[in-house]
Amino acid sequence: MTEVAREVTLPGPVDAPRRKSVGAGLIGWLQAMPLALVLVFFLLAPIVMIVIVSFWGATEFSIYPDFQFDNYAFLFGSDVTYRVFFATFKYAAITWALTLAIGFTVAYFLAFHVRSQSMQIALFLLCTIPFWTSNIIRMISWIPFLGRNGIANSTLIDWGLIDQPLEWLLYSDFSVILAFVHLYTLFMVVPIFNTMMRIDPVLLEAARDNGASGFQSLVHVILPLTKPGIMIGTIFVVTLVMGDFITVRFMSGSQRANVGRLISNDISLLQYPSAAATAVILLITVLMVIGILLRFVNIRKEL
Amino acid sequence: MSKMRYSRRTILKGGVATAAATAFPAPMVWAQEIKDVTLRQFGTGVSNLNDVAQKVKEDLGFTLEMTALDSDSVTQRAATQPDSFDIADIEYWICKKVWPTGNLQAMDTSRIANYDKIVGIFRDGKLTPDSEIAQGTAPHTVGFIPEPGATEFADEETGWMTLIPTIYNADTLGIRPDLIGRPIDTWAELLNPEFKGKASILDISSIGIMDMAMVCEAMGEIQYGDKGNMTREEIDKTFAIFTEAKQNGQFRAFWKTFDESVNLMASGEVVIQSMWSPAITAVKSRGIPCVYQPLKEGYRSWGGGIGLSSSLSGIELDAAYEYINWYLSGWVGGYLMRQGYYSAVPETSKDFMSENEWGYWFEGKEATDIITSPTGDKLAEAGETRDGGSFEERMGAVACWNAVMDENQYMVRKWNEFIAA
Repeated sequence: MTEVAREVTLPGPVDAPRRKSVGAGLIGWLQAMPLALVLVFFLLAPIVMIVIVSFWGATEFSIYPDFQFDNYAFLFGSDVTYRVFFATFKYAAITWALTLAIGFTVAYFLAFHVRSQSMQIALFLLCTIPFWTSNIIRMISWIPFLGRNGIANSTLIDWGLIDQPLEWLLYSDFSVILAFVHLYTLFMVVPIFNTMMRIDPVLLEAARDNGASGFQSLVHVILPLTKPGIMIGTIFVVTLVMGDFITVRFMSGSQRANVGRLISNDISLLQYPSAAATAVILLITVLMVIGILLRFVNIRKEL
Repeated sequence: MSKMRYSRRTILKGGVATAAATAFPAPMVWAQEIKDVTLRQFGTGVSNLNDVAQKVKEDLGFTLEMTALDSDSVTQRAATQPDSFDIADIEYWICKKVWPTGNLQAMDTSRIANYDKIVGIFRDGKLTPDSEIAQGTAPHTVGFIPEPGATEFADEETGWMTLIPTIYNADTLGIRPDLIGRPIDTWAELLNPEFKGKASILDISSIGIMDMAMVCEAMGEIQYGDKGNMTREEIDKTFAIFTEAKQNGQFRAFWKTFDESVNLMASGEVVIQSMWSPAITAVKSRGIPCVYQPLKEGYRSWGGGIGLSSSLSGIELDAAYEYINWYLSGWVGGYLMRQGYYSAVPETSKDFMSENEWGYWFEGKEATDIITSPTGDKLAEAGETRDGGSFEERMGAVACWNAVMDENQYMVRKWNEFIAA
């Protein structure tokens, strides 16, 4: 009967059964194709190219196809590589901890302390205002503020808190991390806020009815339920910080290095194979970090 | 149109082309057609000026598109994207790197009207017949090739030029006299602990290493065979000294772009640093005292020139030659000399500068009136003299030229380590 019904709805009923099996498969493929093609051309192919080039050789001004391990040998043979990777992890870890603390607090305030929804939306939009201008501008605007004769130092001196300007405010690890936190906290706020909004208020009521204090319900109810959001935010922040090079360059006055700067230096000096090898190692490292993170929380299940 | 092209070709065959080029700026037969030509030029910010493009449009009729990049990007582009430009405005040490790729074509010096007036530095390497040739990639060593198509450089003038010299200068350290308060006369002061946390050096390896070498030699720590072509041992020693200084907090920051160097100096973050002449000008024009300090060890010099893409031919090539002849004919030279650079053919620039300007910038005389930059900012009062004096005094005291070494790759890796240290 169903067959009959379908024949009625389908145009060209003569070979309908055959069309159905072929058509369904084909349509499935066609539907998947645009995304698949985009991914192949713009994600897979470039990565494959980078891996291939990482085995090539380079002269002063050109690169030539080859299969050699020189680039990797040099990378692993230099203690600078380890120092720089360590610095990259250090920036990622500190930035992560700070953005999580700030992001969680802001999201918590927005989700549970602000009662009206319109107020929530208004405050949330307020958080995004810094994003109306470019990354670089937000970053560079710190420089005159933190400089030796900058606003921060002159204010502190005026207040009599310090006699000498604080040198470590600018061109230091401090300024790099400050810029990172400023740039990337929102990436923590948004996913955490999002998961918090989905927590059923009934659960919090139940916690309170059972005698849980505010802190207890935060630790035992809200925190576990916000884990997917925290994890998504973590992935954002960690990958952004690990892949960055311009923030480190500007805010440290070129005095510090992370892996991104190593790569950008190589590229600017036409050492593409060596840059590619570093990029491959960075990619593997970041994937490993994300793999470990995903062990803790099954994002797909929780979404 | 096609008829005109025919007539032009005929003229060319007749061998009148050279005469026509020399008679510049006489109106050309193909004046109408050349207006449709667009030449794409790229180079470092120093000479890629929109004012030049505008003047080209006015004087020659064709369009010049300018792209300004930093030194590293310029090298990268010239070496890897030959079809993206018609004219490369590059430095001589970049030429040494890029020429072997075959992306540039040699120029016939007989088509350059002012060739004979180009200063000796770019021809036989000597400013005056008895001057000594400095270390490094001296322009004349990479200025000529034996024949069109060759990838090796020739040792003497051959009639086939790689780059037509445009501007050059002698670089030294920039200082803030108001914040230092005592005379500075040697490169060694860059690492003087007195300026701890207030010094800077540029983060462009090929130039930075030369400044480092000048400092190490002035300190008496290292005696170089050739600063422009160091051995691995010399490179290691140089970086050891600077790495130690960096870890002791000698440097406030490193700079990579012109603007960064200006801001570091103007804000007082840094009081002594490697600097470029127009950056000094930019600091001064904000009313902040800044001196391009002549030092007893001499200058680190550099020279730039324009090279032609190997894909240029036909009317575009003719236009390019016209552009080069125009470039050397004085207006650009005058413009650049009023910024503190030198023109490859100084005598033609004289006509485009006032007597006061020529005296101040070129002859090292006291200014008789206010000196202003091409954009109108006041740079010097009457009675002031240029830092370092006259052309001969400055260019005659060059200790080394910007260079690219045989051990460049090793040096670059060391540079990366230095930044990460």
